Formats: sequence, C-alpha cells, structure tokens
Amino acid sequence: MSEPERLLLSGDEAVALAARDGDIALGTGYPGTPSTEILESFSRLGGRAQWSPNEKVALEVGLGVAYAGARALVTMKHVGLNVAADPLFTAAYTGVTGALVVVSADDPGMASSQNEQDNRRYAVAAGIPMLEPADSQEAYEFTLLALHVSERWGIPVLLRLTTRVCHSSTVVRPAGALTPSNAPATFVRDIKGRVMIPAYARPAHRRLREKLARIQEWNESEGPNRETGSDRSLGIITAGISFMHAREAAPEAAVLKLGMSYPLPLETIRRFVGSVSRCVVIEEGDPYLLEAIRAAGLAVEGRPEGYRFGELDVNRVRRILAADTSPEPVAPAGKPPQLCQGCPHRSVFGALRNLDCIVASDIGCYTLAVLPPFEAADTCVCMGASIGVGLGLRHVLPPEQARRVVSTLGDSTFIHSGITGLVEMVYNPPKTGHLVIILDNGTTAMTGLQEHPGTGRTLDHQPTGKVVIEDLVRSLGIARVYVTDPTANSAAFQELVAASLGSGELTVIVARRNCLLAAGRIKEYERFAAHKEITEDCVEQQD
Amino acid sequence: MSNRTKVTNIVIAGLGGQGVLKASDIIADAAFRAGLDVKKSEIHGMSQRGGSVSSDVRFGERVFSPMVPVGEADYLVVLSPDQVEPNRWRLREGGTLITPEAIPEGALRDKRSLNVALLGCLSVSLPFPESAWEEAIRQSLVPKLHAANLQVFALGRAEAHKALSVPNP
Repeated sequence: MSEPERLLLSGDEAVALAARDGDIALGTGYPGTPSTEILESFSRLGGRAQWSPNEKVALEVGLGVAYAGARALVTMKHVGLNVAADPLFTAAYTGVTGALVVVSADDPGMASSQNEQDNRRYAVAAGIPMLEPADSQEAYEFTLLALHVSERWGIPVLLRLTTRVCHSSTVVRPAGALTPSNAPATFVRDIKGRVMIPAYARPAHRRLREKLARIQEWNESEGPNRETGSDRSLGIITAGISFMHAREAAPEAAVLKLGMSYPLPLETIRRFVGSVSRCVVIEEGDPYLLEAIRAAGLAVEGRPEGYRFGELDVNRVRRILAADTSPEPVAPAGKPPQLCQGCPHRSVFGALRNLDCIVASDIGCYTLAVLPPFEAADTCVCMGASIGVGLGLRHVLPPEQARRVVSTLGDSTFIHSGITGLVEMVYNPPKTGHLVIILDNGTTAMTGLQEHPGTGRTLDHQPTGKVVIEDLVRSLGIARVYVTDPTANSAAFQELVAASLGSGELTVIVARRNCLLAAGRIKEYERFAAHKEITEDCVEQQD
Repeated sequence: MSNRTKVTNIVIAGLGGQGVLKASDIIADAAFRAGLDVKKSEIHGMSQRGGSVSSDVRFGERVFSPMVPVGEADYLVVLSPDQVEPNRWRLREGGTLITPEAIPEGALRDKRSLNVALLGCLSVSLPFPESAWEEAIRQSLVPKLHAANLQVFALGRAEAHKALSVPNP
C-alpha cells in the first residue's frame, strides 16, 4: 500500500474530508463558530451540504436521511445542541438504519459564544455515544469511527469538538476510508421502532440501554483509548485537546487518553488508576470525567475550582499538576472588536441610543452594539430571545418604561428562532404594543457571511426558494410593517422608531441594507442568478 | 530538551483585517513543506471585527499543544504598534520581537502587504529554504497578488539581513 498523502488541515476541514471519504449522503447544520467551516469545506469537496433554518430542523433532516438507510452528518456549535435537544433525546430511542453523526463544537473560554456549557453532559443525558478527537488527525479518524459505531449499533453518535480542535491546523494522513454504502436509500417500515408512542417507546428505551451496554463493552476492548508515557509515579486521565496540553506539561507521565468519553471504559480506567501512584484527571469545562470516575469508586485527583473556567493550556495544566492555587496571570487587555465603520447596524443603534431605548437584543454582529460608543443593548441570551424577553419586559414594566422597550435581532437569527416570538406577540400583545426591529443585512454575518432562507440562496450560493421576511410578518396579521434602509436618512429612521415605540400597536421594522463585507459578493451572486435565469428561459423556449 | 526535539514557537499578533491569520497560514505551510510536524492555532469569530487578533504557529519534530505557552514564544511578530504591549508577555526571555519598524517608512507601496514583509524579516531566522517560503506565499494568495507579495517578502528579508529586527529587552 502506498503512503497516504500528508495534509495540513483544521479540525473542521478534517471532519469534512472524512465526511467525503465516509460517503455522507447529506450534511446539514446551522452556522455557528467554531463549527461553520465543516459544511462549507464538505461542500467544496463536492459533498451535498445545506444550511437549515436552525439546528433542530437540521437534526430532523439528518434523522430522516439516516432512517432511509443513508449516512448523515449534522453540525452545530454547542448552544445549537440545546435547540436540537428535543429530537436528539428521542432519536436515541428510535435509533437509525443508516448512520447519524452529530457534531457539537463546544467553546470553552467562550471565544465567540454566550456560555461555555459542556456538551459531554448531553451524551449522558440523552444516552448517545460520544467521541472526542484531540487534533485534526483524530477529527478525521473519529468521524469515520463515529459512522462505524452509528451503523453497527444503529444509534446516533455525538462527535464533540472544541474551539482549539476546530480551528487549529495540524498534519493529517487520511487513511482507512469506509467502504461506501452502496445500498441505495430505501424505506423499510418499522412502526414500533420509529413511532414513539408510549407503548413503543418503553421497549425502545430498554433497547437503548442494551445498545449502550454493548458499546461500553466494545469501548473497553477495542475503543479508541490509548496509553502513553512510562512514569508510573504520575498518572493522568484526559480526553480531547486537554491530552495535548497534558502530554507537553508532563512528557514522562503515564497518560490514559480517552477517545470515547461516553459510555466510559470504566474497567480500563480502573486498571490504569491501579497502575499509577498518583492519578490526576485533566479536563476542560465541567468535572465530567472526575465525577464519573469517582462515582465508580476510584480515588483520583481533580483540579482546583478555578480551572473549570476558560480553556486549559500547557501552563494551566502544569499548575494543576503542581496543585498551584496562586492567582493566575491575567492577559493584558487587547482591543475589543467593534461594528465595522459603515456597518448599517450603526445607524439603528445610534437611534436606539438617542431615544434611550431599553433594548432586548440577540445573537449576531449587532451584539457588539453593547460596547461604547453605542452601549445600546440591555439583554442578550440566546438565538431569538430578543422578542420573548422584550414582550415580558413590556408586560410588567410601568407604561413609561414599557414604551421604551424594543426587540432587535438579525435576519438569520429571526429565521432561526424569531418567528415563534412574533407569533407570541400577535397572540399575547402587551398593552403598550411592541416594536421589533429586524436588522436585515442580507447574510449571516457574524459567523462569516453564510446564506440563510431569507437570502434565497443555498449554502453554495445557488438560487433557491426565498422567505421574504416582510411577507411572513404581514401574514401574521401585524398591521404596522415598515421596510426601510436605516442608513438612507437616519433622522427619519429615528422618527419612525420613536413613533412606533409609543404607538400602542405592534410594529415590525425591517431595517434592510446589505452587510458592508457581503455587499460585493451578494451583487455577484445576484448577477449570476439573473444570467442563469435568462439562459434557462432560452433553453425552455428551445424545448 | 535536546535541540533535535526543540519546538519553535511563533506568535503573530495585530488587528482584525491586517492579515494576521494569512501570515500564520504562510509560516505553517512553509514548515509543513519542510516536512516538519506543525500546528497552527487561532481564534475566529468576534476577533474579526477590527479587534485584537493573534495566531500561534509551532513546528518541530513533534508538537503537542497547538497553543504557544505564555512566555515561551521564540518570535513575536506584531503588525500594529499598539498591539506590542498586550502581546509582549507571550515572548520568552531573549526571544525576538519583530514590529512594523523593521520596514522603513514608505518602503511599502501598499500597507496591506506589511504582514508578508514582516514574514520576510522573520524568515532569515527560520530553517526553511527561501523557495519553501515563496511556494507557501503562492499557495496562500490569489495569483494577481503573487508578484507584489514576493517582492515585499524579499524586501523584508533584505531589511532583516541588515539586522534591523529588535531584540527583546
């Protein structure tokens, strides 16, 4: 056999390459740092990839693919898995016929997120096996292994990446592609396996636990767990990127690196703990491994509480091993990011600041309006929360304060999770009315200019069906709907906002102007689409 | 650690839009072409909007962590003067600091090529042949930018040979 080629890939790119080599029939997801590049790379490699309106829908589409006997990859950032949690838990019961691999890209340290939740907890809570690669080579291998586990036991598999795995480039030698699933997708009726009414779900739950027991046995004997180092005076149990920091911080120490972190190979761990004189668990985030290992009755050391916050690195691991609880050095302040000069959001938040609004805001570039000079954001919780939170504030605040409340969210965020908020607004309108401003900049800007259903273009920028935001809003029966360019006349825009705030009615303003960074590309896509339409018309006429 | 296993640590820092990530791509690619183990780590996302950005590149026979530990950078290349102080703690004692001052005022026709010019300065200290650098630059940039960037890279090399890089005090 010839030596496999040598590549320098990010973790995201390595997952995408494995998706291609593993014959993934469809990749779905919603953009979210640090997971976004997986589907983009997969698409560039010739894979079939599409953005869904949100992670829940992406997972449901992937589940359908896997029910039909094909292989699906679903990608999202850690908080996206909260949105997709509903199908996730019951998909564990139904299992799959083909393969379903769900990527959760966690963000310890919150480089670009609103929390640093540890999604290893989801594996336990839902009863779904989880693999954790430590670099791009493993990102490639574990994606293929996840497909194997998913198909062998007919169960969805979680692939947990973290920011430093997703966005670090390391050397990859791709080898061992799965045999492509040549069997064409086909529907096989399995009512008791797929329809989760209580009578069928009760045995399904028992089947799930049985599968997990089999997978745990496999993980003990053949799982992707390995031992390195020879100094038995110090043993380290670790997984994912923490392995790399630990290996460097203590090059001689005996290390048990866990590749599958649920279900855990507790017998393997028991043997390892018994073979070393001191055993320390090195992990980022929650004390997940520590608790599970201690619950198995094994004496292992954890870390001082301070190290559950933020990412680990080599120096922090050295400190943990030395049980050093002295104050950690604080990074000097850098320059904070800001809204681009010429960004259309600037006009909107300038007006909201001038009017002293109470701003229930949302997730996107415009969250940066919380920083000076605007300081025009009062809440930011999760995708789409601006509308519900704004309504709650309106319901109970005294009228003079309630009339200052406005909800702001972007176009992609609106499509993701804002639509149900508007339905709530129509159904339970506050006495003082409400104002929602949809900041439509024609792209999913914060994550790197991805398409969404409101742009009318697919992941690879081809024309497709378009959700027209103002039509959707009007269809809900909201009378006051304005579509305006907030930069055209900022005084007039501010007047419109002022009048809407106190109108006592329900108002939606679609503040529409393309993102400065995306405007050139959008023009090109539109020109291309127009050209394509003309060409297709000609072809039709010839037919 | 013996020299054979010594890992070289480089941190590139600057502001969003200055080409910090591109510069680290080029170094990582040059090291990769030299057949070394290499890791490059950076943070995307919020940092893209004009804020502080930095990227770590490490290479050697075997690299573990993708992040350069604080106080262990052999080279710190800073593209914006106001980012020197926030990043100085990354540098090891005796490490080399390379700043925009390494390139004479007015020597660059387009200041957006400062990143590649400073790579030219850095390159004289690293064990890759000039051809590996040039190939890495060609790989990382669109063809219409090749000539100009190869030229500023050579300019940076020439300036470094005149020993203009500033040692860390």
